[in-house]
Amino acid sequence: MSGGLRPYLAVVRARFSVLLQYRAAAVAGFLTQCWWGGIKVMVLTAFFATASGAPMTLPQAIDYVWLGQALFTMLPWSGDPDVARLVRTGDVAYERLRPLDTYTFWYSRAVARRTANPTMRAIPMLFTAGILFRFVGWSAFALRAPSGAEAALLFAVSIVLVIALSAAVSALLDTLTVATLSERGVTLIVGPLIIVLSGSLVPLPLFPDWAQPILRNQPFAGLMDTPFRIYSGHLAGGVAVGALARQALWVVVFVMVGRALMTRVMARLQTQGG
Amino acid sequence: MTQIIVDELTKTFRVAERREGPLGFLRRRSRDVHALQRVSFSLREGELLGLIGPNGAGKSTTIKILCGILEPTSGRCEVGGVVPWRERIRHVARIGAVFGQRTQLWWDLPVADSFALLRDIYRVAPSDYRRNLDELVALLDLDRLLTTPVRQLSLGQRMRCEIAASMLHAPRVLFLDEPTIGLDAVAKLAVRDFVRTLNRDRGVTVILTTHDMHDVEALAERVIVIGHGRILADGTLSSLRQNVLGGRRLRVQFAEDVPDFAIPGTTVRHRVGRSIELSFDPRETPAHALIATIAARYEVEDVHVDEPPIDEVVARFYARHELEVR
Repeated sequence: MSGGLRPYLAVVRARFSVLLQYRAAAVAGFLTQCWWGGIKVMVLTAFFATASGAPMTLPQAIDYVWLGQALFTMLPWSGDPDVARLVRTGDVAYERLRPLDTYTFWYSRAVARRTANPTMRAIPMLFTAGILFRFVGWSAFALRAPSGAEAALLFAVSIVLVIALSAAVSALLDTLTVATLSERGVTLIVGPLIIVLSGSLVPLPLFPDWAQPILRNQPFAGLMDTPFRIYSGHLAGGVAVGALARQALWVVVFVMVGRALMTRVMARLQTQGG
Repeated sequence: MTQIIVDELTKTFRVAERREGPLGFLRRRSRDVHALQRVSFSLREGELLGLIGPNGAGKSTTIKILCGILEPTSGRCEVGGVVPWRERIRHVARIGAVFGQRTQLWWDLPVADSFALLRDIYRVAPSDYRRNLDELVALLDLDRLLTTPVRQLSLGQRMRCEIAASMLHAPRVLFLDEPTIGLDAVAKLAVRDFVRTLNRDRGVTVILTTHDMHDVEALAERVIVIGHGRILADGTLSSLRQNVLGGRRLRVQFAEDVPDFAIPGTTVRHRVGRSIELSFDPRETPAHALIATIAARYEVEDVHVDEPPIDEVVARFYARHELEVR
């Protein structure tokens, strides 16, 4: 890196403000996520009514669902369409005209993307599921407050790590897009994988016991499962701190892999042209 | 002071080739394309160089190497003592570049926001930025464009903003790759005026590629012609002209019919009614002597002496070197 974060913060800020312009998409996204959230809550309610010895309580599972709906766009399930466009038009080489470390540049863009979209969608979603539901008498299906002050604090830390991890995965996907010259293949493989393994489809604790050690240690749990379980108190104390450490570790791994791949891809670009 | 050194620069691309037919991918081969072959030149600080040549000649490859985004296969290249591709970040912070076919402004942002982002990316001090911006706004008449989103600008307006964007960090070297492509006459003149001001008044070194020979005529004291990846000519435009189409043109409007018109040392190029265009070599037949001879024999209404159009000179030069002009 070339000293000083000013350029990168400027990139995040500019990108963030551009993304906030897409309000119509946010409204549509919010409505879709309300719909799916409702379905998931109903399915889980039915499931919990017949199941015994479930690994989490129904209110915990409901919190998990609503948080997942609110923060859905934080998931790095596809690459940046801007990068895909750069690859299609052959303009990628011109990204190198900026006096910026290209990895950090793209990482900054990913940070903006993984925060701006969720910001627009999370606020109305948290309001709807957390407050509005109580007023209309759906308290049983509503999102509760964090299980305690400690949980709230750890949740906040975990969300910061989610952003860091999600941006690192996004930057890696973008680099893969450049390497393979198309965003389709990458999105096709990684998209569904991330949606399942992050817990976005079904909360991870509801998977069979034998799968739990694997699910706990794979990187994508750190994109949703970790903060959501901390929020509702399903993970607490030392276990929660351990989960945060795993999140941080995966951030380091993804940044290292992304950076190494970027160096290789850019070296090839520098000899082969855009 | 020598600012840009290009020495024996060679660039070879490996291009994958795929044969025709459904099983073509099994027989993939690669072929070498020699984009640049031992190109050498140097540029003093404050020079303005026009780089011309047909499409695919190697102009853009040269510019990309000088900008640090492409690495040559062999050869040496330094800009202000820095090898562009080895110290890319340091290098690109000190140069400005405009590529006419693409934009460096952010599509969704107003121009002013794009500029502010570039200010932060190039780490320009606020006071320097203010001063540069004020000057650029005045020179390029950008006042009313600053609050407009980039996507709403016309091509001419956008190009003025692009050039301003490339100068916000006050680089000493500016690369312009086809900056007037697609522009109307007014916008072209505005771009040329600005480039001239930068070069003459501020001493910015400029390398310009273009297909518009009027750009070159208006701006460049020095021209390098590139073809098939080699330098074919390096000198002033007038020496190129002298070398290729040294003749002058004389258009004469006669007051009478001249069916038997013939003057030694001249060739008739066109004749339309009573108007004839001749070409002649001023070193053999001085223009005043020629006009006197014609006026003595025929009744002349008007005469006009001209040089061959620059497009014709260049086309002739390309043809001489068997360059395919597309």
